[in-house]
Amino acid sequence: MILSEAHELMRKNFRSFAETEFTTEIQEQLDREGGFNWDIWSKMARYGFTGCKLPVEYGGQGGDTLAYVLMNEEFSRICPVLAIYANTPNSLGGGPLLACGTPPQLEKYITPVAKGEKQIVFALTEPGAGSDAGSLTTRAVADGDYFILNGRKCFISGAPIADYAVVYARTNPDLKGSRGISMFIVDMKLPGVSCGKPESKMGISGYPTSDIVFENVRVHKGDLLGPLDKGYSVAMKTLDGGRLGVAAQSLGLAQGCLDEAVKYAKGRKQFGKPIANHQGVSFMIADMATEIAAARELIYSTAVAKDAGDKNASTMCAMSKYYASEMANRVAGKAVQIHGGYGFIKDYKVERLYRDARIMTLYEGTSQVQQIVISRSLLK
Amino acid sequence: MRVYVCVKQVPDTSGKVAVNEDGTLNRASMLTIINPNDLSAMEAALELKDAARCQVTAVTMGPPPAKKMLQELIAMGADDAVLISGREFGGSDTYATSQIIAGALQHLGVGAEDVIFCGRQAIDGDTAQVGPQIAEKLDLPQVTYAGKIEKDGSVLRVRRLMEDGYMTVEVKTPCLVTCVKELNEPRYMTIKGIIECYDKPIVVLDYEALKDEPLIDPATIGLKGSPTNIFRSFTPPQKGAGQMLGGSSQEAVNELVGQLVAKHVV
Repeated sequence: MILSEAHELMRKNFRSFAETEFTTEIQEQLDREGGFNWDIWSKMARYGFTGCKLPVEYGGQGGDTLAYVLMNEEFSRICPVLAIYANTPNSLGGGPLLACGTPPQLEKYITPVAKGEKQIVFALTEPGAGSDAGSLTTRAVADGDYFILNGRKCFISGAPIADYAVVYARTNPDLKGSRGISMFIVDMKLPGVSCGKPESKMGISGYPTSDIVFENVRVHKGDLLGPLDKGYSVAMKTLDGGRLGVAAQSLGLAQGCLDEAVKYAKGRKQFGKPIANHQGVSFMIADMATEIAAARELIYSTAVAKDAGDKNASTMCAMSKYYASEMANRVAGKAVQIHGGYGFIKDYKVERLYRDARIMTLYEGTSQVQQIVISRSLLK
Repeated sequence: MRVYVCVKQVPDTSGKVAVNEDGTLNRASMLTIINPNDLSAMEAALELKDAARCQVTAVTMGPPPAKKMLQELIAMGADDAVLISGREFGGSDTYATSQIIAGALQHLGVGAEDVIFCGRQAIDGDTAQVGPQIAEKLDLPQVTYAGKIEKDGSVLRVRRLMEDGYMTVEVKTPCLVTCVKELNEPRYMTIKGIIECYDKPIVVLDYEALKDEPLIDPATIGLKGSPTNIFRSFTPPQKGAGQMLGGSSQEAVNELVGQLVAKHVV
């Protein structure tokens, strides 16, 4: 796709920021020690990246979905973890609020999130409700002006550093499956809210993930988000946008792998010549580049279709996430292969990218869930 | 108060440098960037704008594609921009360039509280002449090599970064200041800034627009008005990267001696 001048300039700006600010030292430290880098977060906030596609009237930048995709791609090309930093407020965190927040809710929660003053996360998954999110058991019971929340969420990205969480809880147990679920904006400092120990993960270690436990947490009715008992469909709609973000992260990660592989293949000599001159290696690079180009076209056109209100946009988001995340794993695997034994050593970036790639086919819906979404849209 | 920032589009020296037969740079065949020192000048202007509302205007002389650079500067935070562009201006050396930019600034009007910021020098010519010459031609006080700038009413307090130390001077507006890269860390564009930059005004001043300015004389502008003749252009050989030795003085000396011995220098 030929980008507009504005989108080309955005890409240049995102790339320049990532290449300059996401230093190797920061990336390696986050991978080694976990935690969260608040300095980078502040810089992202200063330039509006935390509010990339949030509305201008609520402190955002008013970018379109393609701008958001380009940001994820260029940030992830240098470091997928840091792409997640900017991605969360624009997708899973801010998405449900934008979908059905009242003006006071938007003013109270979206504005500080867009400006990077507060962190908001998405709490849907539970120990017994992963791909089958509709079977969640967290309960919210009305009590005067409050709802009382009890339950446990798990694998919540960003939970340990969050100020707010959009929490999905069952408000009507008589309704089965995905019906009877409502959304709440929960202040993480409320009595009864606690986080589990940050998980020790295979990759994306620099963005902490943990359980959130709710024990008799009193959430005011003013923080009920959207209509009662109808929160699940908003969750699914939010995941559409989130999936496109993960697709763009996968695309950027794959491009980062290709960049590393090309550089290494040109420099590494075996049998008296650079390994790039051996057909076995050069053909792998050709395959990587071709798959990346195909994913890029799919993702960009999906972004445009989404903003245009295309009725197939939801399916295209699932296709983008499915194809790009699987592709990123193939490409990361080849990048390690091209590096040979060095690709297995932590001193080489592809080792980390290979581990980071693994989450892409898992979070925000596994590849198999994407296949369900895609096939159902065709077979309904 | 208005702050003019003079900027130049220069070849991206991380790419290949192409030279015409007459020794001038073949700019059309090279990728371009905004001159790094000029970005520091823009950041200094934007910091003044952040502290005390003022209008920031980016000014450049160049071919029509230089408009893209001006849009980037608007996306960084400049309010508007001026492109000085015309065939009559082509081939200008630093003398003629400063003559034309000074004429354009006179045309735009330099008020009692206005300031002109320039980069110390451009990475293509490396002369550091255009800024000071603009000041001379506009009969304005100038401070070069600014490493720190503070504004107090109509006075700028500037710390100059010299090779052997600092020199702090005060200068009254209107004045011209040339900035070094150590002055600040230029900001990035914002997404909103990029979205809006295409709707912000960019004034194009050609020869017709400027010909009545006293400084715009056909004999002192363009290739014909340039006293400089290029004798030879060449790309300097690349120097090897230096190596910083850390640790205590004793450790650094031990490491240095070890390396010199290993290379059979001593």
